[in-house]
Amino acid sequence: MILNEVAAGQQIGFPILTVLTFLPFLGAVVIWLFQKDEDLILKSALAVAGLEFFISAVLFWHFTPNSAHIQFAERASWIPAIGIGYHLGVDGISVLFIPLTAFLLVLIMVYSWDAEKTLLKPYLMALLALEGTMIGVFASLDLILFFVFWELMLIPGYFLIKLWGPGADRQYAALKYVLYTLTGSVLMLVGIVLLNLNFHTAAVASHTEPLYSFDLVDLLTVPVPPEQQALIFFLLFFGFAFKAPVFPFHTWLPTALVEGPIVMSVLLAGVKLGTYGFIRFSLPLLPEASRSWMWVMAALGLAAIIYGALIALVQTDFRRLLAFSSISHLGFVMLGLFALNFQGLQGSLLQMINLGFSTAGLFFMVGFLYTRTGSADLAAYGGLAHRVPLLATFVLILGLASIGLPGTNGFVGEFLILVGAFRAHWVLAAVGVLGVILGAAYFLWYYERAFFGPAAASALKPLQDLQPREWGIAVALGVMILWIGLYPAPFLNMINGSVQALADRLEQGSRVQAVRGSEPAATAQRAVR
Amino acid sequence: MFDLIVILIPLFPLLAVVANGLNVLLGHRYSDEIAHRLGWGSVLASFVCAFWVVQHTLGAPAPRTVVVYRWIFGGDLTVNFGFLIDPLSCVMLLVVTGVGFLIHVYSVGYMHGEEGFTRFFAYMNLFMVSMLLLVMGNNYLVLFIGWEGVGLCSYLLIGYYYDRVSAAKAATKAFVVNRIGDAGFLLAIFLVFANFGTLDYTDVFAQAAKLTPTAATAIAVCLFIGAVGKSAQLPLYTWLPDAMEGPTPVSALIHAATMVTAGVYMVVRNHAIYDLAPAALLLVGVVGAATALFAATIGLVQTDIKRVLAYSTVSQLGFMFLACGVGAYAAAIFHLVTHAFFKALLFLSAGSVIHALAGEQDIRKMGGLWKAIPVTHGVFLIGTAAIAGFPFLSGWWSKDEILGHAFTHGHYFLWFLGATAAFCTAFYMSRLLYLTFYGESRVDHDAAHHLHESPRVMLAPLILLAVLSVIGGLIGVIPGGLENGWFHQFLRPVVSVSKGTAGHEGGPLLPYILMAVTTVIAVGGWFLAHYFYQLKPDQPDRWAAKLRGAYALLLNKYWVDEVYDKTVVEPVKRLGRRCDAVDTGVVDGAVVGVRRLNEASAAASTWVEKYVIYGGLNVTGFANHLASRVLRRLQTGLVHHYATILVAGFVLLVNLIVLFFWVGGGS
Repeated sequence: MILNEVAAGQQIGFPILTVLTFLPFLGAVVIWLFQKDEDLILKSALAVAGLEFFISAVLFWHFTPNSAHIQFAERASWIPAIGIGYHLGVDGISVLFIPLTAFLLVLIMVYSWDAEKTLLKPYLMALLALEGTMIGVFASLDLILFFVFWELMLIPGYFLIKLWGPGADRQYAALKYVLYTLTGSVLMLVGIVLLNLNFHTAAVASHTEPLYSFDLVDLLTVPVPPEQQALIFFLLFFGFAFKAPVFPFHTWLPTALVEGPIVMSVLLAGVKLGTYGFIRFSLPLLPEASRSWMWVMAALGLAAIIYGALIALVQTDFRRLLAFSSISHLGFVMLGLFALNFQGLQGSLLQMINLGFSTAGLFFMVGFLYTRTGSADLAAYGGLAHRVPLLATFVLILGLASIGLPGTNGFVGEFLILVGAFRAHWVLAAVGVLGVILGAAYFLWYYERAFFGPAAASALKPLQDLQPREWGIAVALGVMILWIGLYPAPFLNMINGSVQALADRLEQGSRVQAVRGSEPAATAQRAVR
Repeated sequence: MFDLIVILIPLFPLLAVVANGLNVLLGHRYSDEIAHRLGWGSVLASFVCAFWVVQHTLGAPAPRTVVVYRWIFGGDLTVNFGFLIDPLSCVMLLVVTGVGFLIHVYSVGYMHGEEGFTRFFAYMNLFMVSMLLLVMGNNYLVLFIGWEGVGLCSYLLIGYYYDRVSAAKAATKAFVVNRIGDAGFLLAIFLVFANFGTLDYTDVFAQAAKLTPTAATAIAVCLFIGAVGKSAQLPLYTWLPDAMEGPTPVSALIHAATMVTAGVYMVVRNHAIYDLAPAALLLVGVVGAATALFAATIGLVQTDIKRVLAYSTVSQLGFMFLACGVGAYAAAIFHLVTHAFFKALLFLSAGSVIHALAGEQDIRKMGGLWKAIPVTHGVFLIGTAAIAGFPFLSGWWSKDEILGHAFTHGHYFLWFLGATAAFCTAFYMSRLLYLTFYGESRVDHDAAHHLHESPRVMLAPLILLAVLSVIGGLIGVIPGGLENGWFHQFLRPVVSVSKGTAGHEGGPLLPYILMAVTTVIAVGGWFLAHYFYQLKPDQPDRWAAKLRGAYALLLNKYWVDEVYDKTVVEPVKRLGRRCDAVDTGVVDGAVVGVRRLNEASAAASTWVEKYVIYGGLNVTGFANHLASRVLRRLQTGLVHHYATILVAGFVLLVNLIVLFFWVGGGS
């Protein structure tokens, strides 16, 4: 598989991905310099997030759709002796995640305006640092660079849960989150090294330079021997599955989402890093192993769909319900990925973005409820449709998107995933649709008990309905949900090219197209900046 | 021009939804007056456009596709957001917009002064949009937007009085039960795509012949599962009676005239596939006939005026599926149309009764109302006669056609079920009429005091619907007689059965004999009710006592809800609780267990804590370190060194496991 590159210099004239990756860090430092005024700190954090979102919109706008090329590429050498390079670039697989992350961060900053009062400065710095590392993860094409961002993410994440979590067990939750991810990433690192070694063996055998590389583009040109693929596949699997999290490695997620602050829940549930890892690295690098383990992976997906939904059905804590619905949704994503065909991949990729609006959006809504009632439990709710009609409306819209009602974004993703699953084997889809039924059951049953019902019993404490800033958040999410649901063309055009290339590779196996640098234009573009 | 008008049909109500919806969200910037004008005005505009489109289709009945834009695409899948205009969608368009308009007008009076007046019209218009997408879509997925969209609106409107617990429960139940059907429908869509590589009706039906019998049966059965959910057939009908929690105009529009008939429309639309699957067709017929009889028997003893009508709707929908099952697709649509007239009429006049009695729905507290509300009484009488099948009224023509077709095509058992159901229908509808309007008044004193006829804005739609209930059947007979009427000729290009299943000739007299039988059934049912509730009013109680078991069975609706609760709902919840316990106990327990295992070795914890908290950077450094060290060792290219790397990884892992201890000991 050969990924041609278009350099950032040619495409837009400045290293946009470097800017996107490091602007939040810079912003964090700038905020650090504003010593006193809380208002100013908030405003500048919002400004940084806004600027970041604007630049990511520029990226979105200038991205050439229907192309499998790597775009806005930047290269610089870092540790050439062992093949580690600074290589950034986006293609259809990764491009949507960057505006999504930036979008969520803007909403988070707006949300924090009212919701967070303690230790404001380090809080905002941690959020910006987290944004930088996330964007770095999506922009990196060098596996070590990717790994660095992947690990760095844990630092702000850890502190956000530990210091700003509302739950009593936040310390435990933070540590559990970090340890789980860390355990997985150690194994993943071993897998990455093995990939490098494989590249090295091939380079020595064919007397080509460079001898070592951690670069995805290079690694893709060297097929991994099928007998080694399974080992590497599972090493990477643990890294990604723990992070995603894939059933049955999910137990850190409910803890983190319940104990941690809402903003962290939004990012954990909204930015699907783990499953991104699968589609970015595991599938293209190890197509044979992906195929031979397809049934196991798809079965894990199905198990997660049913298991997560069943548990969500009986929750009384809204955050815990969303945590398990998130696990169920990730099951859909896994199912689509390991259908290993065009629609499955396309649907999964789109669904990862969709969940960034629907599930993450629902976490914002829980946050709004939490600030009003001081609780996320059913016991404190009831008759909310009367008490906070606007909020109830938006919860319903987001919830319907999350259970895949046609007309919302969730449907487009879920439908494509199930089409892909059906084409892989009809049983996969036949079991998968059970999740469609259970999804409606757990969400609507909860909605019935929390939002409907007599207002009299709950009229004890009058609640304020949505305030202007909250309005803004809810409307922004609602617009995205309907946009992708009714007119997904711009998004599909952006991802289709790369999805097609990946689907072809999964179809043909890694040995085809193993010759490197066939197009002179591509090699010419490699020397960027 | 044509395309534009077609697009305008769903667009008008959509604009009204946006306007009224924003008005609700932004805190009622304009009055209820403007809200309802937007509500019914947009539907009227749709009706006018639909009428124009139908007029242009009359001359040129060839199907026309209008593609608005590309919706979901990539790889070999392309789904357009597009509409298909052919005789079938034309008929549905007229019914939906026409009856919809009348019900919207009626609602202005009925919902007057309600708290959520604007919200009501926003939901109703959203329903119109969804229903129009459902009948106009040119492929399965646009149909499915409408399909689930009407389900959503049904949910919202059943739960309109959301502070009533029963309404909230009924809303959830309706949505979830419908989703079971929708899951089947989704599978059908996947099957269609897998077999044809497209989801467009025209392409699919053109290639339908290439289906294997197994595939055709699979698609047909999966589609029918969807229809069973949406159209409230056995065994998924239980949501519809509960749906009566919604305001009465909602029951008339959604749960009688339009949405619940979507399943019938869908089966007829796909008849090219059903024709290839005789087994599936038989299933449709049997389920339809069984539902028709089953629901009719429950209707015999119900005491809530709206619930009687609800069971009668379930039963009439059964007739439509019975028609599909015996291949009488045109008759199914014909009955759909006449049913839309008389059932909307019955619901709306029941609403008028409820309105007059300030909310009372129990027929045991009615009686003798005909003097107080004469117009309502008159139209209700017409509706009852039409549904019972009195000669020359609309229901008589369509029901007779269905039963006749079943008989002449050799489905004697289905005919028998249908005829029995028709008898029950005539009986329970007449019973409803007698208990409500005739005999001694049993009205509460307070309510009797306020008894009043409904305002004109409610009566006008009633009268129009009554007229349609009387003469509506003529579209099926004029000018060519039964099965050669205008209606059937218009539909013929769409619904003609591809494989001939010609009925046997039963002699020229057979149709008239069957007609006579239908008539006798209707009159017989009426007479029995007349006997029970007019001549010998003490008889019903005596019979109820005599047949106590059967009476209890019917009164409790065969305990189906209770059985579902015990066998499905509760077990699923129990399973959920068990999974939850397993998740905290076993899955998470394993993680916690590792931590406990290490509780003894406290010494290393301080070191590890530092290591983790500043871990991100350290790990990065360590990663480089590890990588370079391993690489140096492996420059020989020996694959066996993988083991070394694994060990290194393992060492790290052990460190981390120790950390779990820290969690246990430290926090």
